[in-house]
Amino acid sequence: MVITVDGQPVEVQRGVSVAAAVSAAKGYTRRSVCGEARGPLCGMGICFECRVTIDGHAQQRSCQIPAAAGMQIATEVVIERPAASVGHGRRAADVVVVGAGPAGLAAATAVVRGGQRAILIDDNPAVGGQIWRAGGVPVAPSIELHCQTRVVDQPAPGVLRAENPDGIIDFSYRKLVLATGARERFLPFPGWTLPRVLGAGGLQAMVKAGLPIAGKRVVVAGTGPLLPLVAAYLRQHGAKIIAIAEQQQAPLLMKFLSALPPKKILELMKMAPALAGVPVWSSTWPAEAYAGGVTLNRWGKLKKIACDYVACGFHLIPNTELARMLGCAMQNGCVVVNERQETNVADVYCAGEPTGVGGVELAEAEGAIAGTAAAGQGPSKKLLKQRERYRRFADRLDEVCALRPELRDLPRADTVVCRCEDVTYGQLTAQPDTRAAKLLTRCGMGPCQARVCGPACEFLLGWSAPAVRPPVFPARVAAFSASASRE
Amino acid sequence: MAKGVVIVVGAGIVGAACADACARAGYEVTVCEAAGIGGGATAAGMGHLVVMDDSEAQFALTDRSQRLWRTLAPKLPAAAEFASSGTIWVAADAEEMTAVEQKHAYYGERGIETTILDAAALAREEPNLRGGLAGGLLVASDCVVYPPVAAEFLLERSGATIKMGEPVVALGQGEVRFRSGAALQADVIVNAAGMAAGRLTPGLPIRARKGHLLITDRYPGWVRHQLVELGYLKSAHSQDGDSVAFNAQPRPTGQVLIGSSRQFGVTDAAVDRAMLARMLRRAEQYMPALAGLSAIRTWTGVRAATPDGLPLIGPAREDATVLVASGHEGLGITTALVTGELIAAILTGGASAIPPEPYLPTRFQETEAYGHHG
Repeated sequence: MVITVDGQPVEVQRGVSVAAAVSAAKGYTRRSVCGEARGPLCGMGICFECRVTIDGHAQQRSCQIPAAAGMQIATEVVIERPAASVGHGRRAADVVVVGAGPAGLAAATAVVRGGQRAILIDDNPAVGGQIWRAGGVPVAPSIELHCQTRVVDQPAPGVLRAENPDGIIDFSYRKLVLATGARERFLPFPGWTLPRVLGAGGLQAMVKAGLPIAGKRVVVAGTGPLLPLVAAYLRQHGAKIIAIAEQQQAPLLMKFLSALPPKKILELMKMAPALAGVPVWSSTWPAEAYAGGVTLNRWGKLKKIACDYVACGFHLIPNTELARMLGCAMQNGCVVVNERQETNVADVYCAGEPTGVGGVELAEAEGAIAGTAAAGQGPSKKLLKQRERYRRFADRLDEVCALRPELRDLPRADTVVCRCEDVTYGQLTAQPDTRAAKLLTRCGMGPCQARVCGPACEFLLGWSAPAVRPPVFPARVAAFSASASRE
Repeated sequence: MAKGVVIVVGAGIVGAACADACARAGYEVTVCEAAGIGGGATAAGMGHLVVMDDSEAQFALTDRSQRLWRTLAPKLPAAAEFASSGTIWVAADAEEMTAVEQKHAYYGERGIETTILDAAALAREEPNLRGGLAGGLLVASDCVVYPPVAAEFLLERSGATIKMGEPVVALGQGEVRFRSGAALQADVIVNAAGMAAGRLTPGLPIRARKGHLLITDRYPGWVRHQLVELGYLKSAHSQDGDSVAFNAQPRPTGQVLIGSSRQFGVTDAAVDRAMLARMLRRAEQYMPALAGLSAIRTWTGVRAATPDGLPLIGPAREDATVLVASGHEGLGITTALVTGELIAAILTGGASAIPPEPYLPTRFQETEAYGHHG
């Protein structure tokens, strides 16, 4: 099928995201406040770098929108058409689950198994979360599924308001399970705003969404188990992986590997052939990206490597914005839950990465426990045991993914930290805290709502996470003018 | 040699303007701020620099201050986002068009050029307003500014010593006392603490008036002037009850800032969804397509309001070492600079550009001052 990008016809495959189509055609998706060309960073609807104008509607996150024949896309803000009328739907269920990744799917499945009605909501075009993205994951037919639907506010007790391409929907619930997953942590370094520098998971998501990668040279850098997984995936899709640069020191990596649970060792062994011959460098991190390559800092020596893409992520951080807006208690950046995955807020449960990043097995166990509890039943011993085992794994994961202090020296004074508003590191070091930085430099005031720069500032400057205010995600003004009522 | 020592309590836009004016008048200035520069009502406001005509005293205050802003504008940093976008007072019907004509005459008599827009001219100026509106009044000289950066600029220019992070718990008799028990002495203390001014100088007739705002993503050119419904005056003047009015501002970033709401006696900072919805429905009545723009942030602020809608500028009743500069309600950004000018004139005993009497805190009687202002 054919779409139009900045006036030029572009042939695209069915199922390709608008972001992938535009990136492939133009090499970027938008111009930043200062006029820099930018491309998608996260590939999962978080960073807002993929905003384009689609059919006269500006500021659309193109990574979450599948391309459709005849679409007119502009990389500039063009406002040609008034907004289409905004619908207002209402749905209700015993349990509403936010997030259709491993935890959310397990929770919703447990709810319907318990004989209760479940609604499952996800921002992405398909279920599976980031890990099984577009992977044809089966969903029990009795679960009411709402994809491309993101929760933006709580207009009244017991109601979450979400928006989708058609308008807004109010979801009423008796119990709520938050399974909002995690996102990559990004650290600013010179050149990280170039369109060919993406998150590691970000590049994988973009390839899954149709970005051509065959024959491209890729350097995968950062930290965490996502790096080899992404490298293997990209290589299976024809990429040439030049190297995997892992910031952690070799002894800690070895210690982590030697204590892996059996299931993880099997996964590793399955992945090994896909990575045969790929250099894995420990104590190595990106020092600077430039058009056509990246300079790595390897044991203190700078090494220039030519490549087409830099896939760069520094482990994961939980998505806790919705939980925080609902008033859930937090500890060390994670939502506090009890044995039944209940938060301190009545009728609100939390499962998966928001309670602490621990991977798919822990997420599934927590999701199933939360769903069972929300349906008014007790979890099986097997689930509790699985959760226990993988919580230990999560602790070791935290340890091996700890960022080394040298990474605080990555940004230069002129390195952009806040990509929405083009605020540089030099502007931020002059500020005492998050709030002053917001007010006096605009850091974190853009549409990503500090999801990218906030965690970076926490690490670089020791600042606290910015307060959460509605909307928990940017949403049409209509999402705040519509009155709230339960179904 | 400094003429004397002044402590300004509060680093909002009013405190910053007072610090700047006092320093320029030759005083040694220290500014005390508990939270952050421009972190209170200053950060919450729209930054609309508007000349108001609801009373002679308010006209004089806003007109003088806006002139000071336009003089200052070339010196402001780019991040202060000063823009001469003008205001259009939007008339919904023939009755409001009569008000437009009155307003036009009032401004004209006082040397401010305005243009009456008929329905077609209004639609040309602002294509995203709904059809069927009667017209409006364009006040081209009105401007907008980003207040926290303007406050930071004024503080920096003043050269004042900034004492950050420690709340002031008491002031008077030439002394400012902090929560820690520490104290600082001065010849004069300027109480520019916004809502907290009433606590620090008991008896000031200040009460809270909460407002909501929403800002969108960037849509350059979508709104071109500050748009205010003429009904705004009714809303702004009502002394009781909650009210909303259509008020949309094009930020120089291309973002659209949408207001406004007023709730008396509410100090809770949480976004009140019902009030926000009411405010936005009002805005959508004027600009229906606003409904489809992407909103990225909502917030609230608490304005320090007085019974007659004019600020409190001048000596406190009980203590001549205290000069009050508070109670600016929704016009604190506009009137900050003239407030600084008036405070400096009182300090030096010099003449001021406008008569200070209408704004003196002593204009309120004892009973009124200690009355029920919630």
